[in-house]
Amino acid sequence: MIANLKAMAAHVAAGAGEASDHAEEAAGLPQLDVSTYTSQLFWLAITFGLLYLLLAKVFLPRLSALLEERRDRVADDLDAAAGLRSEAEDAEHALTAAMADARARAHAIVAKQREKLTAEIDAETAEAEAALDARMAEADEKIEQRKSEALARVREAASDTAGAVVQKLIGVSPSEADVARAIDSASGKA
Amino acid sequence: MAGDVMSLTRLLELPGDLGALRGLDLAKLLDVARSVETDPMHQFVIQRWAPIHVGGLDLSFTNASFFMLLAAGVILLFLTLALSKRALVPGRMQSVAELTYGFVSGMVRDNLGEEGMKFFPFVFTLFIFIFVANLLGLIPGFYTTTSQLVVTLAMSMVVITIVLVVGFAKHGLKFLKLFAPSGLPILMYPLLVPIEIISFLSRPFSLAIRLFANMLAGHILLKLFGGFVISLAGLGVAGIAAAILPLVTNTAVTALEFLVAFLQAYVFAILTCIYLNDALHPGH
Amino acid sequence: MEMEAAKQIGAGIAAIALGGAGVGIGIIFGNYLAGAMRNPSAAAGQFTNLLIGFALTEFTGLLGFVVAMIILFG
Repeated sequence: MIANLKAMAAHVAAGAGEASDHAEEAAGLPQLDVSTYTSQLFWLAITFGLLYLLLAKVFLPRLSALLEERRDRVADDLDAAAGLRSEAEDAEHALTAAMADARARAHAIVAKQREKLTAEIDAETAEAEAALDARMAEADEKIEQRKSEALARVREAASDTAGAVVQKLIGVSPSEADVARAIDSASGKA
Repeated sequence: MAGDVMSLTRLLELPGDLGALRGLDLAKLLDVARSVETDPMHQFVIQRWAPIHVGGLDLSFTNASFFMLLAAGVILLFLTLALSKRALVPGRMQSVAELTYGFVSGMVRDNLGEEGMKFFPFVFTLFIFIFVANLLGLIPGFYTTTSQLVVTLAMSMVVITIVLVVGFAKHGLKFLKLFAPSGLPILMYPLLVPIEIISFLSRPFSLAIRLFANMLAGHILLKLFGGFVISLAGLGVAGIAAAILPLVTNTAVTALEFLVAFLQAYVFAILTCIYLNDALHPGH
Repeated sequence: MEMEAAKQIGAGIAAIALGGAGVGIGIIFGNYLAGAMRNPSAAAGQFTNLLIGFALTEFTGLLGFVVAMIILFG
């Protein structure tokens, strides 16, 4: 095994020697090899210049137009959405207004109806009251009439009674005038 | 050696066909291990695929050039596919493209305001190019363009040049107020102005070195741990068992590198925004 | 070979910078978390500043790393 390793070491050393030979051939840091500079600068100028021109004149304007278009489109869509929204809001306002209107009208109708009913009720009440008053007055009149009739009859009865009593007592039938005068004086009249 | 294998098998409860394990050809394994390039710097070497020389200048088409073009191609292909439908309700790819757009434009708008939006394509290009180049570099065998100091330095120099040009064009000499913050005692200025100037001049270098060093460090780390896996695996069965550790580490580092790939692109872009803000609004 | 040894030691010393960067990044994230615990509503707004602070701090460490790489391979 040790012999094996030794052989390997020799092998590797030989390889390293070869590698160092190779490095000498490359001679130092390749970046510092001035002889390659002109070619690199030349091709860089071509590549970078071409790339810059193509990007600046073709691709970036296209990209920017694309993004612009999308932004416009989005803005338009947003505008449309805002428009629709304001429309919806208008509709809502109209609805609210219509509702309020209808409610007010309903209120008005109810109030009018109530007024009308109240007036009718008032009128009917008044009519009924008038009828009642009339009937009451009629009744009063009747009562008064009956009363006076009754009173008249009382006087008649009194004079009759008084005549009869006088005749029974004194046997003389008094004249009607006397009796009336006596009754009047008795009843506080005169 | 056989005893080793036996105890290890028992320890790890490997499903044991020991005959097969014993039959492993060590020399062959070592050959495999050595044939894989384990030098961590090899991945950064520029290879000239098609030599082009124009007037003494070496403009060869290299692997770095190819992966730069590939990054740009991936970006353009992605955007083309993402924008092919242009749907109002985005699909997955379109969504990603739009999110990236929104991310970078938000960054620019937050830091530079609405007037800074003219820099948006530039910042966007920087961000997406660095990000995609970083990501492509994470694919094994792919070259990481942003690990080249020249490349990152070139980009940061462009940034700082724009800052200077825009600053002087917009504010004239008042732009120099950037180096002299107002509301300080006069005695402070001889000390502060050089510091501000040095700080300003070091910006492109810090921007470039940050990106370059992050990519360099990350890829060296990946390569090192990958090299450990290969080397350990070349040591035989015990080595294969031990190689699990660097393999797990490498997986974790790869996940970290994805984060770094994004973070560095983001940091580069946002620092660009902050520096450009100095050009638009100097004088703290 | 002495030159090679000096290079290795120098690279090691240069890599110490990464320790400082580690401490600094730890302080940044720690303080961010502490602040976020105190006032979670303000945390999201400071995330960008956190990343910028992280990037600026990391840079000092990376300078040390680059120097180490240049010593080793440059």
